[in-house]
Amino acid sequence: MTVVTDPARPVDVPASDRTAGRRPRRGSFGFSSISPTEKVVRYLLLVFVLLITIGPFLWQLSTSLKGSGEDIYTRIPRLLPAQPTLSHYREVADTIPVWDYMKNSVLVAVLVVGGNIIGSSLAGFALSRLRFRFRRIVLGLFLATLVLPGEVTIISQYVTVRELGLANTLFGVALPGMIGALNVLLMFNAFRSLPVEVDQAAVVDGANVWQRFVYIGLPSVRGTISVVAIFAFIGAWDDFLWPLIVLTDPNKYTLTVGLQYLSGTFSNNPRLIAAGTMIAFIPIVIVFAVCQRFFFKGVEEGAVKG
Amino acid sequence: MRKGVRYQRWFTPWVLVIPALAWLLVFNLWPSVNTVILSFTNARPIGGGSFVGLKNFETLLHDEQLRYALLNSVIYMVVCLPFLTIFPLLLAVLVEKKLPGITFFRTAFYTPVVASAVVVALIWQWILDDRGLVNGLAEKLGVISGPLPFLSDQWLLLLSAISLTIWKGLGYYMIIYLAALGNVGRELHEAAAVDGASPLRRFIHVTIPGVRGTMVLISILISVSALRVFSELFILSGGKGGPGGRDNSVVMLIQQYSQGFEGNLGYASALSIVLFFVTVVPMLVLARLNRKAADA
Repeated sequence: MTVVTDPARPVDVPASDRTAGRRPRRGSFGFSSISPTEKVVRYLLLVFVLLITIGPFLWQLSTSLKGSGEDIYTRIPRLLPAQPTLSHYREVADTIPVWDYMKNSVLVAVLVVGGNIIGSSLAGFALSRLRFRFRRIVLGLFLATLVLPGEVTIISQYVTVRELGLANTLFGVALPGMIGALNVLLMFNAFRSLPVEVDQAAVVDGANVWQRFVYIGLPSVRGTISVVAIFAFIGAWDDFLWPLIVLTDPNKYTLTVGLQYLSGTFSNNPRLIAAGTMIAFIPIVIVFAVCQRFFFKGVEEGAVKG
Repeated sequence: MRKGVRYQRWFTPWVLVIPALAWLLVFNLWPSVNTVILSFTNARPIGGGSFVGLKNFETLLHDEQLRYALLNSVIYMVVCLPFLTIFPLLLAVLVEKKLPGITFFRTAFYTPVVASAVVVALIWQWILDDRGLVNGLAEKLGVISGPLPFLSDQWLLLLSAISLTIWKGLGYYMIIYLAALGNVGRELHEAAAVDGASPLRRFIHVTIPGVRGTMVLISILISVSALRVFSELFILSGGKGGPGGRDNSVVMLIQQYSQGFEGNLGYASALSIVLFFVTVVPMLVLARLNRKAADA
């Protein structure tokens, strides 16, 4: 399904780059001294890109806060609302059950995050640290699915979910994404970078597989687990095509599908649509802002160290 | 791994692997097989269907909508590729250097990636509206006399969706390049600088060769995701696929056939198979180019 191959996912850097060696990362960030001119030019460029990337979001936020009497079609765009109001947010909630949609999205996201953390760390651990027959074949199967864009199988995935009696249910929305092949491979990669001697020592001390997983494996791959969790959350929260196909009952919509529904109903009221988009956007930005520290660290850990 | 870590029963690894393997089989592998099976039927979104042989594939050949969708996909890919391979690299070089506040900029540049495509497309719909920000500013500056129909003209709508995809993708590929730049030797840069190479020359002769492998990977990712575009076109066109459905993508067609009494899951599956072959082509071509370049 789309969650699995969503572009917003970490990607393994190809081997050719990886073999370039593990230089101390800190040292690779440019030269030690920066001339004042370069500093000014860099900051100017950074601010320019900043305007391009977050400007549209600010514009939408501003539209959502502008009073109903205020002209939002002025030739000279005004970023600051003259009559700031939160009434459009209330109006959205009166028109569509937006809080229910949010609850639905949270439920789906929690199921997907939980499933991926548990399922892919278990499988990643077994595939990288335990010996068993057909290990390579199983690993190959996980790799092979990455070639397949999720949209190709989305129809028969729907048929499968329908046959399980889960069409038009939130569980049906969450289920296929609950263990992603890419996440299994990310966890596999993370566990593999632990030295094997640690395991050997633990075995000598009488630790069984479960103890090795919980006390040795998991604590050392926290960075990758947080990347898996953040991406699973973002993927589930942002997904549109799959819930659009599975859900037919408007009461069960997730936020993205509900938003699309809202925009169809209120195509003539940009303030209302703006408020709706902000309701879907602000939670994910908060989640990301809180987690970005783990995210950027984890991406480097998962993608580069290999 | 070689010895000594076998303190386990034979089935223990399987207990850990089976949940993930079950998911893989039920939600990835079986659906890929079933897509092929379904493509020979006229299965409906509600209820079953029956075997119809090659009928779906015959219909595909004469499907005008599909022809537009494929044309749009190719245009999408060709336009996205250069922008999304170059701009994110420049951005990565810009945010690579540790400066005060650089984490803030990195995070902010990544915001469009984190936001749902639906949210992003609704925002751009408002910006590109006849009375929206872009038309308002352009009219104010006297560049145009009337509003440009970004959302209702066949080609402008496609172009708008492409710009949106590029804008939303910048941060994502920036992060991948950033990880790769960490591996480009600092010594090479310093040596080139001592030899008097300008920053531009160092970029061309040191940085770009250093991230070449990543560049190929990114090109594959861009091509495949350009061919799979859905949300941007769907929302910008209000779910209608532009004038006369000429701005549909293949995935939009698949979605359209997935629902309602007019729906046909068999035909949608046949379209899925077309999508599969279309996305495999750029992967094979770029992988081959990469191997050739590596041999040379």
